[in-house]
Formats: sequence, structure tokens, C-alpha cells
Amino acid sequence: MHDVGKSFYGVSVLSNVDIDVYPGEVHAVVGENGAGKSTLMKIASGVHQPDSGSLRIAGEPVVLHNPREAQAAGVGIIHQEFNLLPERTVAENVFLGREPTRRGLVDRRAMRARTAELLASVGAETVRPTDRVGQLGVAQQQVVEIVKALSLDARILIMDEPTAALADHEVELLYALVRRLQARGIGILYVSHRLAEVFDLSSRITVLKDGRRVVTVDTADATPEALVRHMVGRELASYYPPKAGAPGAALVTLAGAGNGRLRPIDLELRSGEVLGVGGLQGSGRSALARALFGVESFTAGQMTLDGKPVRPRSPRQAVRAGIAYVTEDRKGEGLALSQSVLDNALLASRAATPRWFGGGARTTSVRALLAAVEVHAAGVDQEVRYLSGGNQQKVVLARWLAMAPRVLLFDEPTRGIDVGAKAAIHELIRDLADKGAAVLMISSELPELLGMSDRIVVMRDGALAGELPGDASEEAVLSLATGTPHEVPA
Amino acid sequence: MTVEAPTGPAALGQSRRGRWGAGSIAPVVVILVLLLVAVGIRQPDFYDPPALLAFLKRAAPLIILAAGQYFVIVAGDFDLSVGSLVTAEVVIAARLIDGDPGATWPVVALVLGFGLLVGLVNGLVTTLLLVPSFITTLGMYLILVGAVYTWTGGSPRGALSEEFRMLGRRGIEGVPWLGEIPYAVLILLVLAGLAILAMRSDFGKVLLAVGDNPRAARLAGGRVAGVRTIAFVVSGGCAAVAAILLGGFGGVSFQVGAGLEFTAITAVVLGGVVLGGGRGSVVGAMLGALTLQTLLTLLNLLGVAGALASAVQGLIILAAVAIGGLRART
Repeated sequence: MHDVGKSFYGVSVLSNVDIDVYPGEVHAVVGENGAGKSTLMKIASGVHQPDSGSLRIAGEPVVLHNPREAQAAGVGIIHQEFNLLPERTVAENVFLGREPTRRGLVDRRAMRARTAELLASVGAETVRPTDRVGQLGVAQQQVVEIVKALSLDARILIMDEPTAALADHEVELLYALVRRLQARGIGILYVSHRLAEVFDLSSRITVLKDGRRVVTVDTADATPEALVRHMVGRELASYYPPKAGAPGAALVTLAGAGNGRLRPIDLELRSGEVLGVGGLQGSGRSALARALFGVESFTAGQMTLDGKPVRPRSPRQAVRAGIAYVTEDRKGEGLALSQSVLDNALLASRAATPRWFGGGARTTSVRALLAAVEVHAAGVDQEVRYLSGGNQQKVVLARWLAMAPRVLLFDEPTRGIDVGAKAAIHELIRDLADKGAAVLMISSELPELLGMSDRIVVMRDGALAGELPGDASEEAVLSLATGTPHEVPA
Repeated sequence: MTVEAPTGPAALGQSRRGRWGAGSIAPVVVILVLLLVAVGIRQPDFYDPPALLAFLKRAAPLIILAAGQYFVIVAGDFDLSVGSLVTAEVVIAARLIDGDPGATWPVVALVLGFGLLVGLVNGLVTTLLLVPSFITTLGMYLILVGAVYTWTGGSPRGALSEEFRMLGRRGIEGVPWLGEIPYAVLILLVLAGLAILAMRSDFGKVLLAVGDNPRAARLAGGRVAGVRTIAFVVSGGCAAVAAILLGGFGGVSFQVGAGLEFTAITAVVLGGVVLGGGRGSVVGAMLGALTLQTLLTLLNLLGVAGALASAVQGLIILAAVAIGGLRART
């Protein structure tokens, strides 16, 4: 791939990235969330088309309009989420849509035999072609995905966080499989957060950051410390509002609070303070916010609000107790997209505290709030779907401001939002804290986390990995999140 | 009101849903006007006030059913049980009253209560047992049909009292210029007013949000299951009222409610309401019912056989949903 660039809706997410993979090589791609790894992979696998730059396979320039063309060109991709039909057998999944036929009928015997061969070739004889995929473990399902790619004669395999779903002992099996593929001359683009496995497997490493390639190094010459530096090394270009002086009293306390996805957590949310929550995706950050908000409640331990024990069992109870939650998935969970700006901004007031009379005064005050957070729309009657991400987020904020919450939980508050609106939202968050609210802010973006937080907790595997002061370094957060890169064999 | 900045949110602009987008009532209004003109050409005395009121009287049950169905559809569900509920109500009323005028009002109350109860069961099964409403109400449809047949032993028994039938048939007489104002039209006006008020209330707005994005409604503190259940109760209640009116001008038979669920859904869709929920107005749904009734009247005037009317209805529902889908995409 040469000089590849991509922008979505005018936001550049990848620019001038060069990357190459040789036959039999494992080339690792690392970077923070949002560095452009997924976009790069999607371009390589034909899901997105680059706006600039070119792709070449075995020296031949190619244009991949869709994933099918990428497959035909020999590019296979193993997603984090598998694309398998759980009710079908392994063989049926491998040959889905291109079943071998004999006299017009599916030749099941040939299909099974060919699948068995492929499975044997990667040393996965424990998986049988006749097994139902849904009954297989995650690691075995991954093998099925790999075999599916191989059945298409993939010469380049892209693996997206392949160990994310695996247990420790399964990781070893994956390593062995990757080495076998390597020996067959397949080039592998290996995307991962986890530096340990990158060092174990790869021969070269490319660091992406903010959509640009920072560096490509031979693994033998690299150290984890240097990589982390490359991953985070950036100036704090954006402006963040001044932080709080002394934090106020504890408003929410958790003592050993946990549920199926969270190990027991002890935590305080203090009035006037922005508590940043760092960690990788899937580390339990969102699960914590959702438990506090009663979406998937705590099942163990104690939660108190203002010294009184509470355990919201539904968002409604949380809202009525004075908690607000700005979800990470604005379109999927935050907004009713076909409704107007005004109706969306009034949704929490109407839903959690419905009234028969006095709606007019409430509408007036919500209109004022929409103006105060500077939502730009054609009018309050415009459907919220036509607003930009930043304006949509401001509508969500206005909705919660109308409830005058004392505790606000923000999950990736500025994801997919342009720079100007981002600064405005940061100021609104800080303003809320200054007025005495307790704010919890989850962010994958380290500059935001460090720029906004008065105190930071980092999560890993459903537990708190540690607490840091607001002026901690990006390296400190990242090493807690990934599990101390200093222990990684260099 | 409080903000005057021209680019600010208080500067009311025309939204893109505006005139012709999915959920708007403009298309159905145009169709309705065209049909009314066509009927007027065919039958010039259609526009005499008494004739017009008589037409509205005939249309009232369908409009009321469509209003009820609207609440369910806009929340993202379906109510297929209303046709058989109408039949069941009429048959039950006939048997319980059995020609005895004294039983009229208790039975009217019972009919209303039974409608609300059926709606409540539909709602609870759908929201608590997580049965898709399509299946819940289809099951309820079959249960009601089977139960009524069993209870009556195969043919309807008893008779409705004159007092009961009066609600659907008669009206306030001797009104100058208008002639008779049918009770059915008065009931329609009251219910339509209530429906419009309900949709302008907090409940109505949350109902729309639930149909649009139930997860967002829940995370905003809404009682999604409760709101959806209420929609079914409203639909059941509307079916009960429609049954009382239909019992008045039709006879007592197992056919009185047959197919009404689909007629009501067709009307709602014709009114610009999007299947799947979240878009469309109750006014549109009611205008859709009026339009459908006008169309059936016109077909009748043109001498089109009743059987063909059913095919026309089928065409309408396909066209309306397809066009609605196209409009939602643009």
C-alpha cells in the first residue's frame, strides 16, 4: 500500500500511509484507539476505497471495490467479530456461497474432504468439518475463519486483534498457527494493542498515530518503551479548560461493587471533579458507567449516592436519582434520529418525569439550553439525524442539563466530533464540574483523558488497574492499560 | 421564545421532513381531496351536509380503529387482533343483552372493559414475555375467534337492544341545516381530539421515541414496556368502541369484524405512518382511514364488485409501504 489516504465526511482519518508486507512475514500494526488501524485494514480488504494512494499486490496495482474483489486478489481478513453462521457446520461455513457441486447439487463429500485437508494443513485436526460452528470454542471458530480465508487462496492475511477473544492457553495455539501460515509463505498484517504478542510474532512493526505512519522498525531493533513513545508522542495541541482546584466531597462511592463483567471496584466520584477513566476497549470502562446508570446493574457490593445506599436497577431509577449518562453510541443508543432536535432534548424530562401540565415552561427552558450549548440546526423542528456529530452531542447534553443531574457519566464524549465542537463540549463538561457535579469521563483518547481529568483511574480486564493523578503521563496510562510494557521481553 | 439569534435553535426553520418526507400527512391529504372531488362528480349530492355526515358516520368505526392501530404501530408493533376483537365484542354484547333494554349500559361498560383487557394482555405478553407483537396479536386473534365460536356454539345468539344499536345508527335530530348529527360522529370527534391530545402529551412524545429507538428511550429514563403496553390498551379500547358502533349499523354476525385489522393497518400506512415505528402522526392515520373509506365509496359508486375492493386495498398497502420506504431513504 502506498501513500494511502482516507477521509470520512471531511475528517481525515488516514493520510499518506505506506505499508508493505512480504511473503512469509508478520508485519505488526500498532497504535492507540483511533490511530487509523481499522481504516487501514478496511482499505486493504476492499471495504473502503482510498481517496488517495494506491495498492499493489505482488507488484501489480490493484483497485479493490469491495471485499469480494479483495478475496479474489488474495487478501483475507480475520475480523475481531467472526462472520460465521453458528447453526451451520464447519465445512458449510468454509464454503459458504461457493459450495462445490456435482450435477448441480452440493457435493457435501468433496466439501468435507477439502475442509479436512485445509484444517490438517494448519494443524487443527481437532476441529471436524461436520462440527456445528456454534458449538465450537472461540479459538476454534477463529481457526474456521482462517481456514475459510485459506480456502480462497489468500496470500495476504489481515488479523485484527486476533487474541482479543482468546484465553491465555489458546493464544499459544494461535501463535503456532500463525507460524505455520508464515512458513507457507503467507504475508500477515497483524493488528494488535498487545505489545507482548507483537514482539513474539512479528518481524517488523509499524506504528500508526492520528492516521499517519510514525515509524516502521525491525522488531529486533525495537523496544517496548520506544514503541509506546511513538504511539503517544504528540504535543497537546488542543486547548483544555483549567482543571479544578481542590475536589469536593465524595458524591458517589463504590465499595466492592461488581457484576458479571466487573470485578469488585472501590471508587469515589467527587463533587467538582472530573474523574477520567482510561483503558482499552473492552476493559470494562463502559460496563462501569452502565452499572452506575442501572443499565446492567451492579450485582455485588455497595453503591452510595450522597451517603445513602442506592443501586439503580434501571436507567429510570438512575435518572430520577440525579445521574445522567452520555452514551458512547450516540446514534444507536443516544438519539431518536427521526425525532426533532427539540423532542430529543426533551426526551429525558418527558420520559423520566412525565407531566400532564406545565410542559410549556419546560419546553421554554430546554429551548434556552439548546441555545446555551450553541446547537446549530436549521431549527428546533429539524430531525436530529441531519445534524453533525458535534451538534447531536450538544443535543444530548442539553437533554441531560434539563434534568440538572448531580452525577454525569460521559462515555467517549467527543468521539467522531470535529475539533471546534470538541473544545465546546470539553468546556461544558468542565463547567458542570465547576458547578458541583461529579463527572466521570471515559476516553480512549489520551490527550483528552489527561487534558480533562483531575484524577484518572485505568481499567483492565474488568478491574481497576490503578489510579493516577491528573497530570500523569500518557506512558503511565498506557502501561497500566496494556499491563506494564516493561515486563515484555524485548 | 427566549432566544432570537437567527441561526440559533429558536429560529424555526422548515425541517427536511417538512412537506413530503416520510411521516408527513401531505400526500394523504392530496389523495383524499382528489377522491372527494371524484366522488362529488359521480354523485353531486354527496356534499349536502346530511349526506356528508352520513358518510362520516359510516367512516367512524374505521377511523377509530385506525387511531388505535396508530398507537401500536408508531411504537413499532402491530395489532392483528382488532378485527376478531370487534366480532367477539358484538357477539358477546348480543348474547348478554338478548334484546333486554335494561342490560344495555352495563353491557356497553363490559364491552369497553373487555377491549381494554384484551389490549392489556396483548401488551403484557409482548413486553414481558418478549413475544413479537405480530405473533402475540395473531395468537389473540385465533383465541378470540375460537372462543367466540365455542361460546356461541357456532352461530351468534341473542340480539342487541335498540338502545345499543342507537349509538351507531342514530343521532341528535332536528339540527338546522345539518339535519341529524350522528352519535357516531360525535364519539369520533371526542376520540380524535383525545388521540391528538395524547400524542401531543409527554406520553405521545415518548411513544414516538420508543418506536424510533427503544434503547435511547430507555436510557433517557423511559418506561419502554409500560408505554408499549398502554399503546395496546388504547388499541383494544378503540376496537371496543368501533364494535359498539358497528353493532349498531350492521347485524350481529361472525363477519362484522372480519378483515378489519388489515383495513386499519392499510389506513394507517396510507396516512404516512411508517411501519416499524417512530414516524407519522395520528391525524395522518385517521385521514388515511377517511381516504380509504372514500375510495371504497367511490369504487361502490363506480360499480366495482366488493371482492375487487379487497384487491385494491392490497395494492394500496403495498404501494404505500414501498413509497414510504423510498421517501424515508431520500
